[in-house]
Amino acid sequence: MSNAIAVAGAGMHPWGKWGRNFIEYGVHAARAALSDAGIAWNDVDFVVGGETVRNGYAGYVAGSTFAQALGWNGARIATSYAACATGAQAIDTARTRILAGLSEVALVVGADTTPKGFLAPNAGERWDDPDWLRFRLLGMTNPAYFALYARRRMDLYGATSEDFAQVKVKNARHGLENPNARFRKEASVEDVLASPVVSDPLHLLDICATSDGAAAVVLTSLDYAKRHGLGSAGQGGPVRVEAVSTVTPTFPNTVIDMPLLATDCSAVTGTPEHTFKESLARAAYDEAGIGPEDVDVAEVYDLSTALELDWIEDLGLCGRGEAEALLRAGDTTIGGRIPVNPSGGLACFGEAVPAQAIAQVCELTWQLRGQATGRQVEDARVGITANQGLFGHGSAVILAR
Amino acid sequence: MTATPAVDGWFTTDQEPALLASRCTECANLVFPPVSEDAASFCRNPDCSGTENETVPLSRRGVVWSYTDAQYQPPAPFVPTTDPFVPFALAAVELPEGLVVLGQVADGFGVADLKVGDPVELVVETLNTDDAGERTIWRWKPVSSANGKKGEEA
Repeated sequence: MSNAIAVAGAGMHPWGKWGRNFIEYGVHAARAALSDAGIAWNDVDFVVGGETVRNGYAGYVAGSTFAQALGWNGARIATSYAACATGAQAIDTARTRILAGLSEVALVVGADTTPKGFLAPNAGERWDDPDWLRFRLLGMTNPAYFALYARRRMDLYGATSEDFAQVKVKNARHGLENPNARFRKEASVEDVLASPVVSDPLHLLDICATSDGAAAVVLTSLDYAKRHGLGSAGQGGPVRVEAVSTVTPTFPNTVIDMPLLATDCSAVTGTPEHTFKESLARAAYDEAGIGPEDVDVAEVYDLSTALELDWIEDLGLCGRGEAEALLRAGDTTIGGRIPVNPSGGLACFGEAVPAQAIAQVCELTWQLRGQATGRQVEDARVGITANQGLFGHGSAVILAR
Repeated sequence: MTATPAVDGWFTTDQEPALLASRCTECANLVFPPVSEDAASFCRNPDCSGTENETVPLSRRGVVWSYTDAQYQPPAPFVPTTDPFVPFALAAVELPEGLVVLGQVADGFGVADLKVGDPVELVVETLNTDDAGERTIWRWKPVSSANGKKGEEA
């Protein structure tokens, strides 16, 4: 039995630094997604909000916030928090209720307003909070973790700063005509290398910014989509969500993860066959019944340029240590064998945490429909997303048409 | 004014300092940072139902898993000690016990002194000074390899 559901509509509020309330962004994206789906707000029976805690107390940024702002319609609600994977977990929550036959039309919304500079923990003295301790005891910022992974690629696989810069060059070019991207400007390798080093070996332009933004999708059962003729206008049916992986790590997690100060210990059980990030993708492939060779396009979490290279390998799109070769050959550029981040990625968007995983799904929806003007991957039929954030959260979503 | 650890019970401060870990009394799985000995300690090995742990020192030497630095002052609750900010290096170090532990790199050493796989040794140095005196922290210090004397160059 298929566990697929339909993506009836996708919408965003453009990423940027707009200085306005996140609710406004979220409602804008929600209305855009509903309009794209051709579904009335009153027909939505389930709303899932992607939450973030930085903007205030938990519960403020919630499903009910968006439901009220859209005008109470009696829909049931849920709220998800899963750090960078928040949006995917929200989609999975909607999917579960749809597949259980308890809901037919779900609206999933994520929106954020972010502060300038380094993401930092909330104020106060919290000696039992690893996210607080890593700053207090070590001065260990998010870019410092990204830099550890980047340096390891250099020392183990011979990656160079020019390779990392080339990821930025590629993504900047991909995002040039994306109306929802915040940064739409070409970058050169020289630009990246001339930008200040934040955490060696990563330069400022290797690291994604934080942004305001919102993304939303309208999800329905395949039956509902068929009855209402969704996606039938020359598109061969709606884009389907074929898998949502939100698996946690398997003990022992042997790759140092934000915001922790140490890994699990592998002495008792040995090293696991797959890393956490590899297992996120494998669970998605297993659920969809496909393999990496079936993927036409990928949207991955390029918190740093180097991290995009890690993801390409974690998704099985090439062997370990081979991502630089793909990059250099142009395989990950639009027009290449397996385009990565045709949206422009976080390099062009900056991160709006609870919206970002939904934004990845929006982009693949447009790619698979052939509507990604100015950045279209030719005849894309299967796409995968991937991301990972704090506290053992991560996700991979597979879409197909 | 005396020197005290910036955090209680995570490392020793004698002549040969070491990190302290919690060891499950049933399966011997190690956890760093250690859990409080007063607290219930449910073993994190999913195949073990152990509930008790003992505190044990970890190896003082390991090899560099990776490394970086902070060239901009981290945000609070990081406590700056100099104005203007002076960059410092950070390393993730793989210990023989099979875990990787982060730490700042010892004073006087930077990323140019490190490579993945290099041996390093635990030292205790001053993190910052407050009303109660010096606050100390564990750090990773590059050690001389067989044919080099990296430690003496800095």
